[in-house]
Amino acid sequence: MDCYCTDIHLDKYRGTGKFKPYLIFGLCDETFSIICSTNPPEGVNRNWFLFFITLLNHGYWVLVSAIGGLLGYMVSFNTKGLDFVLTALFVVIFIGQWQSQEKRKPAIIGVACSALCLAIFGQSNFIIPSMIAILTILTVSRKRMTSEGV
Amino acid sequence: MALTPTQTFAIIAMVTLGTVITRFLPFILFPDKKSNPYITYLGSVLPYSAIGLLVVYCLKSVNLMNSPFGLPEASAISFIAVLHYWKSNALLSIGAGTIVYMVLVQFVFI
Repeated sequence: MDCYCTDIHLDKYRGTGKFKPYLIFGLCDETFSIICSTNPPEGVNRNWFLFFITLLNHGYWVLVSAIGGLLGYMVSFNTKGLDFVLTALFVVIFIGQWQSQEKRKPAIIGVACSALCLAIFGQSNFIIPSMIAILTILTVSRKRMTSEGV
Repeated sequence: MALTPTQTFAIIAMVTLGTVITRFLPFILFPDKKSNPYITYLGSVLPYSAIGLLVVYCLKSVNLMNSPFGLPEASAISFIAVLHYWKSNALLSIGAGTIVYMVLVQFVFI
């Protein structure tokens, strides 16, 4: 899930000095989304701004995971199918990206390569081949993608 | 499957190691220098492909050849798609979609 190796955050964390190790350590999806879409208000120190976004999200994760663990221990109901929540999350993200009208080709490449590798290699061995296939196709089609503004 | 404390600890340790490596690696590989256009390109397209891969990954165990032929998944995903196009509320789509799926696998396609 860690597909944060984007230039965006390599750039954003430039010059953060002593804050940088913690900013990298605490970088979760939520922090990444916020940092990509906001800038500190005028007069606010950028490093502290990034630090507190990271710290608060980190704290929420720990706190809510602990509450979830305790609730799961105390409350019992038929949870069959509850794991579909993750599928639902990814489907919703996929639809959101699809609706933005851009970058549909990389999305199609992702689904097509994975489905093909699943059919060939089976469900326990298809992740690595899929990643290689995706990376290869994205790399060879870079010129076309870039010229189409994808 | 019940895990022994040692197994639990080992799993958490490996997940931690994997997370820390993937988080720090880009910064170690690309220190504060000028940006690399290839990495910039990958950063702009990979998130889209990765979500496609994750959707397929979540559905990897669905068996289309035997009953219920992936019908619970197909129904729930169609429901999520319609709801999301209609309301554009991520929490609503995820929550309602999961409930629909749970009802389907617990009461309809048993």
